[in-house]
Amino acid sequence: MATIESALLDIGGFDILAAQDTAVHRRDPRAKVLTALAFILTVVSYDKYDLSGLIPLFVYPVALMAVGNLPPGYLLGKLLFASPFALIIGIFNPLLDRSTVLQVGPVLISGGWVSYASILLRFSLTLSAALILVSTTGFNSVCLALERMKAPKSLTVQFMLLYRYIFVLASEASRMYKAWTLRSAMHKRMPMRIFVSLVGQLLLRALERAQRIHMAMLSRGFDGEIHRLRPLQFGKTDLCFVLGWCSFFLLARGLNLPQMLGEAVIGIMQ
Amino acid sequence: MSHHIVEVQDLHYTYPGETVALQGVSFRIEHGEAVGIVGANGAGKSTLLQHLNGYLVPIRGTVRIGDYPLTKETVRQVRRTVGMVFQDPDDQLFMPTVYEDVAFGPLNLGLPPADIELRVAQALETVGAWHLRDRPPYRLSGGEKRAVAIASVLSMSPDILVLDEPTSNLDPRARRHLIALLKSFHHTKIIATHDLDLVLDLCSRVIVIHEGRVRADGTVQAIFEDEALLEDSHLEKPLRMQACPVCG
Repeated sequence: MATIESALLDIGGFDILAAQDTAVHRRDPRAKVLTALAFILTVVSYDKYDLSGLIPLFVYPVALMAVGNLPPGYLLGKLLFASPFALIIGIFNPLLDRSTVLQVGPVLISGGWVSYASILLRFSLTLSAALILVSTTGFNSVCLALERMKAPKSLTVQFMLLYRYIFVLASEASRMYKAWTLRSAMHKRMPMRIFVSLVGQLLLRALERAQRIHMAMLSRGFDGEIHRLRPLQFGKTDLCFVLGWCSFFLLARGLNLPQMLGEAVIGIMQ
Repeated sequence: MSHHIVEVQDLHYTYPGETVALQGVSFRIEHGEAVGIVGANGAGKSTLLQHLNGYLVPIRGTVRIGDYPLTKETVRQVRRTVGMVFQDPDDQLFMPTVYEDVAFGPLNLGLPPADIELRVAQALETVGAWHLRDRPPYRLSGGEKRAVAIASVLSMSPDILVLDEPTSNLDPRARRHLIALLKSFHHTKIIATHDLDLVLDLCSRVIVIHEGRVRADGTVQAIFEDEALLEDSHLEKPLRMQACPVCG
């Protein structure tokens, strides 16, 4: 449970990254959200056997990381943390799809392996885009951007409160866990029975807290809607940012850039 | 000026499940008074405070805040008049940044943006927390959280301040700062607390609640001198009024 707490403190690391002031950080949150969405849509639109076409898209995360001054190791760590999910999703592809689609020298590569690799590539591209979005914009500004772009308010407010209270909830959980460990030296792992009651208690405490927060909101004039005072300005640079990246995505999607590059190189060599 | 008056008459409240919390509480607090509400755990202090900001509506008896009797129709006006500072600042600071939190109340009042900015700046400067404005609340210390919680209430310009255990979880210096801050306010103050030395510093009058009733209501001196009464209500003299354990 201590690791959960430190993992959460690590989430706070996004806030520190997001507090920087670079050309990427200065863009309007809406511009970054739109571009990230366009990027993710582009990535998932590729054919399942298309590997080479995806490669140029790595320009987007790499460029943003470089300009936005983000430590690649930190983001890579987060990527690895979530990777089991992607690894498991595609694990049966090589077994189910054995038709040969590629030959590298004497090695025959089946469609299953190619599509598995494609899944992993797409996973790294989409997730790194999301991570970069949060670490150059901040979770709360992403929520605000979604709200201004007419996403359902109940959803954005949920996100906002979730992010605010996840730290409080985690420290409550870790206190309960600590209290258990201190009085149970003979157990190595928490028995199921105790775990269940601990989670139940956590739920009850969360409900109680929700009630108190609601009371605090009401006593400051809450009428069912959270108003926010944060003007956002979508300038010309923001527009250029969105249009520039989107045209790059379209270009990469429409033309197979690595293939063209390869043909050009071969042409020159001949 | 009648609008800073708090009048409670014959207030009863029973929680669902038949837990009787209040059984006939009456008092009247005048404009500008600072009153300590003290009592044992479970005496009914919290239930009483929840009536003062309209979270609970009286089952029997009346609560009058300024010109308004507390009813479902007047509850919004009452909440504007009464600023409530909660015991756990984490419950009170729910917005992503300190600035947004202090602006939450004024935004709900529908004020123009320029006024809101002015109020937020004034409130944060009053409690000495302007430099914290862009920080998320979970990254503040206990004392800072408390100061910001007070600012979030001040920004609504309440006439009456209600504080629930304002000094709980504070280190001695933060406690001292808080006392100095509260002393500088000219609002009508109602403070529910177990910190009797705080009452001694800030209040001129004490109301002792015991088993859902007003056990005693009088000046700080009169109540804290009455050892039998304190003993009976599970309280004891403020430390400063007790004999020194070293020199007798």
